[in-house]
Amino acid sequence: MQPTNIANPSYFHKVVDCQWACPAHTPVPEYIRLIGQGRYSDAYMVNWVSNVFPGILGRTCDRPCEPACRRARVEQSNGEHPEPVAICRLKRVAADMKGDVSKRMPKLAPRNGKRIACIGAGPASLTVARDLAPLGYEVTVFDGEAKAGGFIRTQIPRFRLPESVIDEETGYILDLGVAFKSGQRIESMKALMAQGFAAVFVGCGAPRGRDLDLPGRKDVAQNVHIGIDWLASVSFGHITRIGKRVIVLGGGNTAMDCCRSSRRLGGTDVKVIVRSGFDEMKASPWEKEDAQREGIPIINFHAPKSFEHSNGQLTGMKFEVVKAVYDEQGQRSLVPIGEPEVLVKCDAVLIAVGQENAFPWIERESGIEFDKWGLPRLDKGTFQSTVPNVFFGGDSAFGPKNIITAVAHGHEAAVSIDRFLNGEDIHQRPDPMTNLMSAKMGIHEWSYDNDTSNDARFKVPWAKAEMALANIRVEVELGFDAATAFKEAGRCLNCDVQTVFTAPACIECDACVDICPMDCITFTANGDEPDLRTRLQAPALNLAQDLYVSGALKTGRVMVKDEDVCLHCGLCAERCPTGAWDMQKFLLEPTQAGSACRDPKKDSHALEVAA
Amino acid sequence: MTYLAKPRLHHPSLTTNKVGYTRRDYEGKISTLCAGCGHDSISAAIIQACWELDIEPHRVAKLSGIGCSSKTPDYFLGASHGFNTVHGRMPSVLTGANLANRDLLYLGVSGDGDSASIGLGQFAHVMRRGVCMVYIVENNGVYGLTKGQFSATADRGSKSKKGVINSDSPVDLIGMALQLGATYVARSFSGDKAQLVPLIKGAISHGGAAFIDVISPCVAFNNHAGSTKSYDYVREHNEAVNRIDFITPRSEITTDYAPGEVVEVLQHDGLTLRLRKLHDGYDPTDRLAAMNHVQTHQARGEVVTGLLYVDPDASDLHEALNTSATPLNALGRQELCPGAQALAKLNAALR
Repeated sequence: MQPTNIANPSYFHKVVDCQWACPAHTPVPEYIRLIGQGRYSDAYMVNWVSNVFPGILGRTCDRPCEPACRRARVEQSNGEHPEPVAICRLKRVAADMKGDVSKRMPKLAPRNGKRIACIGAGPASLTVARDLAPLGYEVTVFDGEAKAGGFIRTQIPRFRLPESVIDEETGYILDLGVAFKSGQRIESMKALMAQGFAAVFVGCGAPRGRDLDLPGRKDVAQNVHIGIDWLASVSFGHITRIGKRVIVLGGGNTAMDCCRSSRRLGGTDVKVIVRSGFDEMKASPWEKEDAQREGIPIINFHAPKSFEHSNGQLTGMKFEVVKAVYDEQGQRSLVPIGEPEVLVKCDAVLIAVGQENAFPWIERESGIEFDKWGLPRLDKGTFQSTVPNVFFGGDSAFGPKNIITAVAHGHEAAVSIDRFLNGEDIHQRPDPMTNLMSAKMGIHEWSYDNDTSNDARFKVPWAKAEMALANIRVEVELGFDAATAFKEAGRCLNCDVQTVFTAPACIECDACVDICPMDCITFTANGDEPDLRTRLQAPALNLAQDLYVSGALKTGRVMVKDEDVCLHCGLCAERCPTGAWDMQKFLLEPTQAGSACRDPKKDSHALEVAA
Repeated sequence: MTYLAKPRLHHPSLTTNKVGYTRRDYEGKISTLCAGCGHDSISAAIIQACWELDIEPHRVAKLSGIGCSSKTPDYFLGASHGFNTVHGRMPSVLTGANLANRDLLYLGVSGDGDSASIGLGQFAHVMRRGVCMVYIVENNGVYGLTKGQFSATADRGSKSKKGVINSDSPVDLIGMALQLGATYVARSFSGDKAQLVPLIKGAISHGGAAFIDVISPCVAFNNHAGSTKSYDYVREHNEAVNRIDFITPRSEITTDYAPGEVVEVLQHDGLTLRLRKLHDGYDPTDRLAAMNHVQTHQARGEVVTGLLYVDPDASDLHEALNTSATPLNALGRQELCPGAQALAKLNAALR
């Protein structure tokens, strides 16, 4: 193998699995260390800069970081339940325990006279507003509702996310000189474009829940609701009750929110019924677990066939029992197993089988083109539509995803808008800011705690079930207290503190090989990657994780380190007599809108001197 | 060195051996030696060898004297018996222990100071008596604990870190072991585990007095240009006479060798050492030839390594003394007090 190029920012970024997996690339170990040090406000701001809504995401994030977390791999065959660090819940700790951060908010630059419209006040639009307003842009956010937040406010039940948190975090953004036009649903794109905005950002979400057109649907309209609409009505207090027996159709996170909300509004016999198998459900594993903990059964492999009713009253639903069959390409189809249809009695049905994008308010003659799925034709990296000054982000760009993805879209679109309005090529994307600095403080002292914790993941305490189920506004999860947060933060392996190897200094004494608890390091003859992976101290079977290979050493061998389960404990560096190993803290921050994302300005003074 | 204990987390693929232990179970406390010390690599090699041989840690006694090397038994086999003797007296304490309980595996760990200076007499006698043990000298040619004076194994003409040239002749432990009757004599290098681990395994399964001289560079005081015990010097001058393949009774022989290329030695416990010759005509079962070869190459400044001599028909002290086959602590009342009749018989025999 060729020696690894650690100057490529992607190499060490990839080692920080959580940050690599996060759409917004939040520097997770950086803020977890701050939480461990009790610096909650600092930890909050690291988050705020990157993901804009730490308090909201600390309760509701889809947490792509956690399945990626190295800790879970490290704990494999070391304990009963290998689990990642509770990254998401630690984020909430930072939000819950921080002090007043209003003084840390960005200073506003003088207005530059360029007006930007953001349609919808959800996470994507608010991210664009936050990135651009402090730079001097005049940002106007339009939303049909009275308060900002979009789906964050309407779709996520209060028992998961208190309204005060939404008010606080949307407030930080609107306070940056952003004009918020509440209760103003944009009905015509053409009319908006005619108002002379320099750029328009569409972050209106995927606002239409999919319906099920089954026999009987029309006859029982009163007791059958579309999940996301129903959640919004519950959120605004328009709906406060539901029948005793409730069927929730669908297997995503919306279905989980629907069933748990039903339990709190009078539903005593609530069932989730889903076509696919339990394991293939779209809902996050922990959301399924939370629902089951509240006594809600999840019935899988039942395809809905019809709504049953008598005298205009819903009486139940019929289902066909199916099984999953996979063809040679691995394509799944659900085929009936031939049993008679199953009748499930109920008083109400919530349909949560997905969402559709809908843009009835964007006139086709506006120049904005759509594809065959009804999604806007966008340039993937820049989020630019077929009209150069109109950009899309969040669910309205590529279909329904999640909050953190919407935030990531917002950052990228803000960079595009900033470059676009400065007359620069928006396809030229700025490199991230990276920094690599030794963590060495003394002979065996490092600027991080390298004593690896043996603790298993700590559980977040819950409110008592009878209290939680009695009132939909009682938050179920209580969050970690400071002492537990400290211990959970200690489980983080500090994957951003990198093992950096300097081949010319190595005397091949084997000290690092002997001390490495995870058998990550090997000195051996070079070979191609598949061959090397089998010849190491411990086989490197996780192909998603890179091998760090040095140049040839004195004996002609190379150093090979498998990054997969490295504890970042720094013992290799402590045992190294020559400093060939060093622990160096790697920080990567994606470049956001502002002068850093733009082409370097030609300095007229420098040119004069040169002349 | 490190202050932190090695985390107990281990690689997910770590496997257990036949007696149910992982390699990590053979580790000891965290080493307090200098970073990069060759001794730590030898500890790691002992751990690897014991794990591979499915040795039960509680059936091992590790004894040592005083010095950097003699600290190391604390850093491996944490579940074994240990004894830190007076300086240079490991061989006599080990001999006593061995006579009392012949069922344990005896591992004597010593250094060049402990064995070639203060303990030279002890070394000589334990070798000539043929005590069944693995005697490992961690040889760095320098007194590290007292900041870098030449030790008795430092070669004449080699240079100290301060620039002084050594004018004394070295004690040749390999030569002495061969002369005095050790039945398994090997030399290796701490920086070459591929060679060292099989040599330790061979010594453990040997069944007689086994001696391994392991050159183990002292990174703090003897790893500079002009030293003959540095990583660079040993790598440049290493002349291995053979490589060992270790064959258990049931394992299949998968590699073919040309005739005359391989010497097979059956060890007392049924294991076979298969020696792949790296030097034409080197016969490791010929003691005189071995002494000759080692001396000749040593005179050229080469460091001869590998299994230099092995006696397939080794015997040990217990055999010579015709001692009880049962360890003393396992003898019952009947054996220890056979009664008046037996005493009368014994007395009659002496009249």
